[in-house]
Amino acid sequence: MSESTVRKSSAGQPAAVQPLLELRDLDTDIALRRGTVHALDGVSLEVMPGETLGVVGESGSGKTMTALSIMGLLPPGGRVSGGQILFEGRDLRSLPADEVRRTRGVRMGMVFQDPLTSLNPTMRIGVQVAEPLRVHERVGRAEARDRAIEILRRVGMPRPERIVDNYPHELSGGMRQRVAIAMALVCSPRLLIADEPTTALDVTTQRQILELIDDLREEFGMAVILVTHDLGVIAGRADRVAVMYAGRVVETAATEQLFRSPRHRYTEALLEALPESAIRESGAHARLYSIPGLPPDLSRPLTGCRFAPRCRHVTDECRTTDVTLSTGEHQHACLHPVPAAPAAPVTLPAPVRVEPAPEPAATTAKAGQPAATPVLSVRELVKNYAAHGGGLLRRTAGQVSAVAGVSFEVGPGETFGLVGESGCGKSTVGRLAVGLERPTAGQIMLDGVDIASLTGRERRRMHRQVQLMFQDSYAAMNPRMRVDAILAEPLEIQKVGDGTARRARIATLLDQVGLSRRVLERYPHEFSGGQLQRIGLARSLALQPRLIVGDEPVSALDVSIQAQVLNLMRDLQRELGLAYVFISHDLSVVDYMADRIGVMYLGKLVEVGPARDVVRAARHPYTQALIDAVPSITPNATAARDGVTIRGELPSAVNPPTGCRFRTRCPLAQEICETEPPLAGDGHQVACHFPLRPESSEASARAGAAA
Amino acid sequence: MTTLSEAVRPGAAPDQPADAAEAPVRGLWRQGLVVFCENRLALVGLGLFVLLAAVCFLGPLFYHTDQVHTDLTAVHLAPGEQGHPLGTDGVGYDQLGRLMLGGQTSIIVGLAAGILATALGTLWGAVAGFVGGWMDAAMMRVVDAMMSIPSLFLFMLLAAIVTPSVPMLILIIGAFAWLGPARLVRGEALTLRSREYVQAMRGMGGTGGRAVRRHIVPNAIGTVIVNATFQVADAILYVAYLSFLGLGVPPPAANWGGMLSDGLADTYSGHWWLLYPPGIAIILIVLAFNFIGDGLRDAFEVRLRRR
Repeated sequence: MSESTVRKSSAGQPAAVQPLLELRDLDTDIALRRGTVHALDGVSLEVMPGETLGVVGESGSGKTMTALSIMGLLPPGGRVSGGQILFEGRDLRSLPADEVRRTRGVRMGMVFQDPLTSLNPTMRIGVQVAEPLRVHERVGRAEARDRAIEILRRVGMPRPERIVDNYPHELSGGMRQRVAIAMALVCSPRLLIADEPTTALDVTTQRQILELIDDLREEFGMAVILVTHDLGVIAGRADRVAVMYAGRVVETAATEQLFRSPRHRYTEALLEALPESAIRESGAHARLYSIPGLPPDLSRPLTGCRFAPRCRHVTDECRTTDVTLSTGEHQHACLHPVPAAPAAPVTLPAPVRVEPAPEPAATTAKAGQPAATPVLSVRELVKNYAAHGGGLLRRTAGQVSAVAGVSFEVGPGETFGLVGESGCGKSTVGRLAVGLERPTAGQIMLDGVDIASLTGRERRRMHRQVQLMFQDSYAAMNPRMRVDAILAEPLEIQKVGDGTARRARIATLLDQVGLSRRVLERYPHEFSGGQLQRIGLARSLALQPRLIVGDEPVSALDVSIQAQVLNLMRDLQRELGLAYVFISHDLSVVDYMADRIGVMYLGKLVEVGPARDVVRAARHPYTQALIDAVPSITPNATAARDGVTIRGELPSAVNPPTGCRFRTRCPLAQEICETEPPLAGDGHQVACHFPLRPESSEASARAGAAA
Repeated sequence: MTTLSEAVRPGAAPDQPADAAEAPVRGLWRQGLVVFCENRLALVGLGLFVLLAAVCFLGPLFYHTDQVHTDLTAVHLAPGEQGHPLGTDGVGYDQLGRLMLGGQTSIIVGLAAGILATALGTLWGAVAGFVGGWMDAAMMRVVDAMMSIPSLFLFMLLAAIVTPSVPMLILIIGAFAWLGPARLVRGEALTLRSREYVQAMRGMGGTGGRAVRRHIVPNAIGTVIVNATFQVADAILYVAYLSFLGLGVPPPAANWGGMLSDGLADTYSGHWWLLYPPGIAIILIVLAFNFIGDGLRDAFEVRLRRR
C-alpha cells in the first residue's frame, strides 16, 4: 500500500494526496444461528478526496458489508474483527466512541437502497432531513427548517418550501430517494456512501438520481462510494472500480481501464455474461457466457482463490495458493490473469467466444410479421381496476386504467418482448394472456380461439397452451410441497397420464432444465435462486405449452445466474418450438431475448417492431428516452448520448392524460398530441404524431415479404 | 447463504447446474420435530402436561379416596395428619384426591373447549376469508360485535341462566372463545389466497377447491395448531375464572378454580394447603400449554425461513 499515497487520483487531484478513507485488511464476521459467516476477508480499499469509487459485485460478495462496516451499521451479530478503517488518517476502530459517532454522523453520509423503508413514515420530510443538524450541530428549530429547505432545493426537489411539511408516503420513489440524499448531505459530509441507490427505481428515474449524485459530488467536493451490482451504473459514473467476490476485493483499477481490459478472470467472465456483451460481440444473438456453479459458502474455511471452482482457467495452484492483490495502478488477485491489452486502441473486451450458438433457423423469417396463425393474438385489450376510497361503504372512487387498448400478436416459436417502467401495465397484460384475470374489454385469442368463448372444461384445457413463469419462483411454489409434487401438480390438474407416465414426464423435464433427479425429494427453500428458476421453468413446461409468458423471469438473479437461465430459455425454445412473451423492465435483457419488442407506457403500447429496429432506431420519444437511460458498460457511453431525457414522474393511472399519454413528459409535445395517435406503420409501428425517424425501408420491406 | 453449496468440477460445461448437496433429505414433519425438540422449554412443557394428566387420570387408580361423602369428623386436617398427605378441606374431602378429580374436570373442559373454539373459529374464518366480498364483511361484523361485549360478563350471564355441568361449560366457553381463531384464520386465508403459488395453480387450470385442499389448508394448519394450544390454556383459565366466581360445576364435582375459590375463605385461618396446591396446578398447566405452543410455532415457521 506504500505507493497508494503517491497515486494520482483520476479525479485530477495533484499527487501525494492523502486518501480520504482507507480500509486496511478489514475483516468482518457475522454470527448466525449456525456458525459464523466471514463476510469480509482482508478488504483493502482507498478513496481519494473528491473521487467516486465504484464497488461492484454479486449478492453475497461483501459489497454492502463493506459499506456497513465503514458506517458501523452492521446487522445483529456482525462485528469488524480485524484491520483498520482510516478516515482522514485516523482509525475509526481505535477512536473513542463519541468521536466515532460524530465522525460518522457529520463527515460521512449514507444513502440506502429502498427509500421507502429508510425514511420514517411518521415524520415530516423537513424534520427528518434536518435531524442530523439537530443532533450534531444543535441548531434551532427554525434554522433547521431553513437549512432543510435549502438542501432540498439543492437536490433538485420541486417546491421545497411545501415538501418540507409533507410525509414520505406523499412522494414518489424517485422523490423519496432525493430526500434520502438530502438527509445524507445536510451536514456537508466529506464522504457519501450510496448502497444500491437506484436499484429500486425505474431506469429513467435512476438516470436522474445518478446524475444528481454526480453533480452534488462536484458541488460539495466530496468523495462517493457507489455500491452496486449493476456494472452499467459503475461504468458511467465511477472514477475507479473495485470488484468484489466472496468477501474479497479481486480487482481494482481506473474505470476505463477495468472495462477495457479486465485482468481477473472473474471480472472477465462477469462482463461476458452480460446480454449487452453478447449482442455487441456478434450482432446476431449469440449464446451468453455463463459462470457455472454458485459462489462459495463463506461460513466454511476457504483456501486458495475463491473463484477457482467456477473458473475456466483454473489450475491446481489456484486451489492451494492464497492469492493477494498485485500492486500498481491496476491491481488484481489472479494467478492467471487475462493478458493486458495493448494500450492504444480503445476496443471493447474481446473475450474468447465459447461456442457461438447456431442461429435459430426461423429468426429472419419471423423477425417481421408473425406467420399465419399467431399463438397469441391480443386485440384492443382493456383492463380497469376499481379504485376504492376509504370509509365504511367503500365507495368506488374511480378506475385505474391498467391496460388501455393493447393489440399485438405472437407467432409460433417467436419471442415477443414487453418493456416498460413499473406501473405501465406490462404484468397485467401477461396475467390477462394466461387467463389469470379477465379483461374488461377486448379479445384474447389463443391459437385462433377466443378464450372468452370457452367454458368449463375447455377453459381448463386452454391452460395447457399457455403458462406463466414468475419473477420469484420461490414465492410461486408452495413451501410445503416437495419438488416432485410441485412438478406433478400441472399434470394432476389437467389429468394427464397416470402415476408412472407423470413420473416419466417429470424425469424428462428435469433433464430438459438440467437438474439432477435428487432435487425431487427436496423442498423449495433448499434451493438457490437460479435453481428455483429452473424448477419454475420445468413446471411451466410440464403441460407442453406453446406459449410461456415470463414476467420478469430473470430480474431477481445475479448476472452470472441470469446468463444460465437465459441460455436455458433459448435452448428450450429451439428444441420445443416455444413462443415466449418476455416481460421485463430491463431493456438489454429484452433486446437479447426478443425477436420483436413492444414498448408500453401507462397502459398503452407506444411502439412495436423488430427488436433490432426498436433498440437501434427507436421511433417513439419515450422508447428513445428509455434506451438512453439504460446504463451501459461501454465507458462514457452514457455521457456521449445526446438523445431524449425525460423529466418528472409517471402520471397517475386513475386519471391518465388524454390523447397521447406520454405528452405530459414529452419534449416534443404539441397541441395535436391531445388527440390520440394511432399505432401506425407496417413492420415497425409507433403511436406518435412526431416519430423520431421514419420507418426504415428494411423493416417495411420485411413486413411486405412476410405479409 | 446457508443453502446448498455444491462441488462443481473444474472444466464442467458452463451450463451444468449446481447439484443438490449431499445433505440428508428429511421431510418437513421430521425437520419440524427436530426444531421442536431443540426448544428445551417446549419439551419441559410437554413433560409437565403429560405428568399432570397422568397424575389426574391415573392417580385415582392407585390413591383411593372418597370424594362423594363428606366427613365432618375430619375437616381442615393439616397435611400428613391421619393419612392425608395434603390434608383435608372444610367438609372432610382428601385434598390430594380432590386435586386429581378437579384436574380431570379442568383438563377435559380445557381441551374440549379449546378444540371446539379452534374448530369453530377456523371454519368461520376460513369461509369468510376464502369467499370474501359481502359474505366476509357480514361474517366478520358478527365477530366484531361479539368481541365488543366483555366475555366475562357474557359467561356470567349464561352460567346464571343454565345449570353448569361439564358439557355445558365446554359449550359456553367454546361458544365465545372462537372469535380469536376466527379472526386469525380469516387473515391467514386472505393472504394465502393471493400467494403466487395459488395463482400459479390457477394458471394451470386448477379450481378453487384444489387451492383450498392442496395449498391453503396445509399452509394454514400450522397457525391453527399453534393457536389451538393457546386456546386450551385460555379455556383452562376460563374454567378457573368461572368456578372462582361460583359459576363452576356444582359439588361434589370439583375443579381447580372452584377449589381455589373455596380455599380463599381459609386464607386467614392458616389453611394454606387449600390455597396453594390448586393455584400452583393451574399455573403449571397453563404454562405447559404455552411452552408447547411456542415450541410448535418454532417448529412450523422457523424451518421454512432458514434460507
